[in-house]
Amino acid sequence: MNKTVNPKAWFLVLPVFAVVAFSAIIPLMTVVNYSVQDTFGNNQFFWNGLGWYQELLDPRTEFGGRFFDALWRSLLFSAIILAIEVPLGILVALSMPRRGIAVAFTLVVMALPLLIPWNVVGTIWQVFARTDIGLFGYLIERAGIDYNYTQGVLSAWITIIIMDVWHWTSLVALLCYAGLKSIPDAYYQAARIDGASRLAVFTTIQLPKMRRVLLIAVLLRFMDSFMIYTEPFVLTGGGPGNATTFLSIDLVKLALGQFDLGKAAAMSIVYNLIILAVCWVFYTVMVNVDVERRVARAATADAADAAALPAAAPVAVAGRTA
Amino acid sequence: MAHIVLDKLAHSYKPSPKGPDDYALKQIDMAWEQGGAYALLGPSGCGKTTLLNIISGLVVPTAGRILFDDRDVTRLPTEARNIAQVFQFPVVYDTLTVGENLAFPLKNRKVPRETIAQRVAEIARLLDLTPLIGRKARNLTPDLKQKISLGRGLVRADVAAILFDEPLTVIDPLIKWQLRSTLKELHRRLDMTMIYVTHDQTEALTFADKVVVMHEGAVVQSGTPDELFARPAHTFVGHFIGSPGMNVLPCRVDGDTARIDGTAIRLARAYDALPPAARIELGIRPEFATVHPKGHGVAVRVTRVDDLGRARIARVELAGKPLAATVPEHVRLDGQDAVLAFDPAHIHVYADGRLVVGQPV
Repeated sequence: MNKTVNPKAWFLVLPVFAVVAFSAIIPLMTVVNYSVQDTFGNNQFFWNGLGWYQELLDPRTEFGGRFFDALWRSLLFSAIILAIEVPLGILVALSMPRRGIAVAFTLVVMALPLLIPWNVVGTIWQVFARTDIGLFGYLIERAGIDYNYTQGVLSAWITIIIMDVWHWTSLVALLCYAGLKSIPDAYYQAARIDGASRLAVFTTIQLPKMRRVLLIAVLLRFMDSFMIYTEPFVLTGGGPGNATTFLSIDLVKLALGQFDLGKAAAMSIVYNLIILAVCWVFYTVMVNVDVERRVARAATADAADAAALPAAAPVAVAGRTA
Repeated sequence: MAHIVLDKLAHSYKPSPKGPDDYALKQIDMAWEQGGAYALLGPSGCGKTTLLNIISGLVVPTAGRILFDDRDVTRLPTEARNIAQVFQFPVVYDTLTVGENLAFPLKNRKVPRETIAQRVAEIARLLDLTPLIGRKARNLTPDLKQKISLGRGLVRADVAAILFDEPLTVIDPLIKWQLRSTLKELHRRLDMTMIYVTHDQTEALTFADKVVVMHEGAVVQSGTPDELFARPAHTFVGHFIGSPGMNVLPCRVDGDTARIDGTAIRLARAYDALPPAARIELGIRPEFATVHPKGHGVAVRVTRVDDLGRARIARVELAGKPLAATVPEHVRLDGQDAVLAFDPAHIHVYADGRLVVGQPV
């Protein structure tokens, strides 16, 4: 087939450019515009150049210190969330039933937390974890543990983490379950014939087959937990003190609480770039795994040809005599 | 190394089977000799995979016993039997190398490391996998993957039988042929029982010393490829084996004469004791019915002649019924009218589908 080259075809892309311009580029440019200026309202702007950025990225300044504190908090939170939800999700998926009516029941129960709006989740846990009227908080306190999520830093963190695990582990589990369901029975049968232990079945069959969905699960959970806002805002409002003030909460405090639009805009851009960078790392890892495979495949094909040759020769002879 | 006996084996997937229709596998009694190459042949859904899974222990039969060398293994789990199985879709452990794949069954059975290395090297050489031994098994072609699955069976020194469940389904036709020859070669070299499940008659007939034909959950005939061809015990066998299959014609039989709508055909044997209510049919393979332009025989109308390369097959109508017959070499057919000659020694009589052995005339 001959491909015709016609530069006018680029005009066909224009509608997409127009839509993307209105949905993403123009709003983003507004933020960029704010981030290089200072304003005191009344539509009066003063040019500040890269001033906000310099201050933001310098931990010695008040603004920079506050930003890096929130950044570490967010990163720590995401790391803890991934460390708990991914293994737990795999474990749940492994214990879910494979057939029968129990499947439908389990899937519905698993999906329930995913259907609850974020601020409702926050409210549920705010009440649930109270030591006076909340069952969870009451029982913890009755057990003799000093627990108060509005005053204790550790209590607040633990509550938010448990809340997120409760809310989102289902997602990881459902993704892993889909990966597990796609493994043909022959694999398990072959493993039984080969005398594989439960652990060997997991490491040689189930985990490799779940690799792709796990990558998606990790990516989704990282982005969501790194951008988390609603639930901790409802539950702790970022406190006690600034203990649970994650990047998103700090950003809102800055932009809407203090009305520091320039600083907030600069922070938005950097925040955005961090998420982009992490996604890029994930993307690169994914692509590179495939590149390695492609090289391996080419090499394997050569070796396979070499292996096939000696086998083919006697066969041809046998074919003639037959 | 074992002699496998199926003793009154039957299986139903329903929890409480009532009639024979509830059984996926009707009662089977059979013995598989040590070192034999067997094929289980039948169309999809005839129960051959069920039978295979019962032998390998993936399915526990509803009734009957399986004996390996007189040891009852009916309820033993798969891993406790000395059985290897190769599946329809190649199963390899993606993250392991070819060598690690081959070593996997031995490693799981805690075999000493030196023995593993030695066995793996030996089997890799046997299957021509040596150049690939350090590669990941992930991106290999289906035929190489099937070789690896086969190798995982062969690597165990104690394997009594290797079961193949339509192993060549996903393989290229050309490579299919090579792999089948490799299997045959392996069977000759290693004294090992092989049971091969397939719905492809060519695969079954070229691979096996003994072919077991199954139909609707029952074994209809087991015998050498020649027996299945020359004396089909059931019209199903006649029809299923051979290309084109055996002609089956409803008829009336009196003594040594068969009548198809008034056309009389002489038989080599006499059939006096046929059950009166049974459906009587005549079975004749196209290879033993020849069409000539004129001469001695039954008048037929030729509708088409297919040249299959090794033979020409004429589609004819005998008293309005379609039939396939061979056109001998150097014979030219002109027009539609011809005569059909039968080899009486190869005409079989079936009552309700089963072969009836007549008395010598």
